[in-house]
Amino acid sequence: MSDQAISSVEAGKAGEVRAAPKGIMLAWYRFKKSLATPDPYLMVFGIFLWLGTYYLLTEGWKVPRFEKIPGPVEVITEFFSRDPIWGTSLFTEDFHTNVYVSCQRILISFGLATGLGVPLGLFMGWSRKFKDYAFPILETLRPIPILAWVPLAIVMFSGFETPIIFLATLASFFVTTLNTLLGVESIDESYFRAAGCLGSKKHHVFWHVVVPGAMPFVFTGLQISIGVAWFSLVAAEMISGDFGLGYMIMDSYMVNKYVSMVMAMISLGFVGWITSAMVRWAGNRMMQWRVKALALEGR
Amino acid sequence: MTEAVQSAHDTSFVVKRTRLRKILDNKTLWRGIAAIILFILFWEVCSQSKVWFGIQVPWIGKIPPPSEVVVNWAEIVQHPGYWESWYLSFFRVFFGFMIAQVVGIPFGLALAVNKYFRDIFFPPFEVLRPIPPLAWVPASIIFWPTTELSIAFVTFLGAFFTIVINVLGGARTIDIQYLRAAQSMGATQWDLFRKIILPGTLPSIFTGAAVGMGITWEVVLAAEMISGGGQQSGGGLGFFIWSSYMGGSMAQVIVGMISIGIAGYVSSSLIRYVGFLSMPWRRLF
Amino acid sequence: MAAKTTTGSRKKAPAASGGRGAISIRNVTKIYDPEGVNVMAVDNCSMEIQAGEVCMIVGPSGCGKTTLLNVIAGFHSLTHGEIYLDDELLCGPGKPLAKQGADRMVVFQNGALFPWKSLLDNVAYGPMVQGVLSKSDARDKALDMLAEAGLKDVADKFPGEVSSGMARRAEIVRALINDPKVLLLDEPYRAMDALTKSIMHEALLEMYDRTKVTIFFITHDLEEAIFLGDKAVVMTTRPARTKKVVDVNIPRPRDYKLLSSEEFRILVEEAKDAVHEEAIKAFEAGERELA
Repeated sequence: MSDQAISSVEAGKAGEVRAAPKGIMLAWYRFKKSLATPDPYLMVFGIFLWLGTYYLLTEGWKVPRFEKIPGPVEVITEFFSRDPIWGTSLFTEDFHTNVYVSCQRILISFGLATGLGVPLGLFMGWSRKFKDYAFPILETLRPIPILAWVPLAIVMFSGFETPIIFLATLASFFVTTLNTLLGVESIDESYFRAAGCLGSKKHHVFWHVVVPGAMPFVFTGLQISIGVAWFSLVAAEMISGDFGLGYMIMDSYMVNKYVSMVMAMISLGFVGWITSAMVRWAGNRMMQWRVKALALEGR
Repeated sequence: MTEAVQSAHDTSFVVKRTRLRKILDNKTLWRGIAAIILFILFWEVCSQSKVWFGIQVPWIGKIPPPSEVVVNWAEIVQHPGYWESWYLSFFRVFFGFMIAQVVGIPFGLALAVNKYFRDIFFPPFEVLRPIPPLAWVPASIIFWPTTELSIAFVTFLGAFFTIVINVLGGARTIDIQYLRAAQSMGATQWDLFRKIILPGTLPSIFTGAAVGMGITWEVVLAAEMISGGGQQSGGGLGFFIWSSYMGGSMAQVIVGMISIGIAGYVSSSLIRYVGFLSMPWRRLF
Repeated sequence: MAAKTTTGSRKKAPAASGGRGAISIRNVTKIYDPEGVNVMAVDNCSMEIQAGEVCMIVGPSGCGKTTLLNVIAGFHSLTHGEIYLDDELLCGPGKPLAKQGADRMVVFQNGALFPWKSLLDNVAYGPMVQGVLSKSDARDKALDMLAEAGLKDVADKFPGEVSSGMARRAEIVRALINDPKVLLLDEPYRAMDALTKSIMHEALLEMYDRTKVTIFFITHDLEEAIFLGDKAVVMTTRPARTKKVVDVNIPRPRDYKLLSSEEFRILVEEAKDAVHEEAIKAFEAGERELA
């Protein structure tokens, strides 16, 4: 019964016992330890191998077909240039606008989808009857790819903004709802029984069992959902947009500013990665019980 | 106190109920049917609201009613062009999907099996992964000589990332005991790979394939909508939807949406079925 | 309660424990109907459990013991028969499903402490939702009870952070804080090694000597049954019936030294013959266990 002792205490030299490193110190300790293995060097090598190949194909040897694609050196110098050749860089106004607009749209869509999808999924998992009625409709609409909704969205909602937000919301709504439902259904029956034994009323079961029990799946769902939201957002912006990173890609392509196009792609990858890291962070914050249990299992 | 007690009952306690009765008793089924019918009625009423009540319901009021969609559909199935769209989209999906499988599965397995391979190739893979597949469309059009090839490339990318991640995840969850058991029975490296890692990863391969299939349809559709106007390669259900929209027939757009929904559903059912056939040990559950 | 002299006069509740928590199971039958095929899990099973008695239910895996527990707890309905708790009908004709309530607390096979609540919050949960105590009072009482069980230092930890033995003990505390009439335990120590198990047994006995709550304890471990119980009811393989009742007239308090006594060995032998026969039948039937 001394597992917490083992996990939190590190045996130092000569039997001396040190307190476990925490936070940044822990990260630093892990980093130091990993330097002794070949892993970090191979990683760096991997990244450079890839960049080098990319450079040689496009700029170095100018292999046919590849030469049309802007190379890494060109893109990076342009990206950080205060006076960009093609008019767009990290320091220009329109780049900021595009990033800002896309992020704002994601925030709204993701927020809407979460606000609607999580409660809907929880209720579907909680009430058999409600699920029986609601689930078939969801399942009928779900196989239709989000992109197929584009014309409909344009007709249904006026302007540029609403259809784009509708599409991104719809996509992540399905993912969030279904994962939440799955989360409720994954809760072990014995927790409901225990809650019943302990004298819970229906609302207690909902708040103390259904909601926390579904959380791990909800956050897995949210991780996927934010990816899907970006996917649909980019598509929608490419097809019908006025601003945003998806629009920037399409617009730069149309006017042959290929360097700007690659910049928009890189930016998309970066902000996409940041947002999903934020979701993961929020999930870990809200599920300390799970983080701690998994940590003890060595995962 | 009861001592080792009596059994008044016969031991043949297995009684079969008829299958039909079971289906008729199935509340979930009837509720589902009721919900769908209600949904369609709701749609019809909302769409017709302007004609029937003089007030247009927002949003849904602007789209054609299901009755009009059905009429339109009945007419369009007689055109060979409609079926050609089906064929073209299916072909593109299948093509991109297959390449993604052929490249993605070995790549994922290699990442899982060899640590050095993983260290070198996983970081660039992770760097590229967050870029949404559709963002590659213009770059792909610039690079590849024909539109068809660029559609295939983007389709491939869409499915590739999902497949690799699933294969990698699946292979790493294999219980190390299986490997040890096999090694103690004298299995070679190749045996381990073929008899344990491959079948152990199969469930994840099929999960990845099902998800990848969904993405493939999304991407093909988008690519068709974005570039479908190109001369060399028109057609496809995405183009069908887009041109219906340009032509102003919203009923036909909805026909296209439903068609593509059916197509997507058929493809993912097909994958599930193949998965069911190739994993006999999972049928128990 | 501790030492019983005769087996004949057991029909009446003993006065020692105040006559609280006597269970009478009369001709109970339970038929499952998963895919249109009837499966009989419990067949015409009867038994009397006195107030404050430790009744051990022994039988091979999947024989229907858990079903019986589920019927008493109110998780499953019964098909025939009736069950009384202190002369009050729990379930029977016209009322197939017993109402779940805090008078019968269950400790589950795989443990059902809410993993998202700390041990303290888990224990405080029952009185809080029943409205018996305010949240802070419930927490105070929970902390006291955890301290009594030697769990004070880990009260703020999540169940996933403590050992399975500690979690199990906390779960029993969570049940006892509600002052139940009956404690229903469903193979609670199934996955534990023998050493941990013996510690858990002593803790349970110590707790029982304090509270004298009626215990309905399911197990497939014979030594556990004899060591803990006032009687051990051996069940047949599915459908479950009572096959044999072994009375354990060993005085309490008991400790681990009992395990090596002659008296103990004889009782285990007696039960073993009956169980072994059923285990073979169950093995040959080879079916997967019922839920």
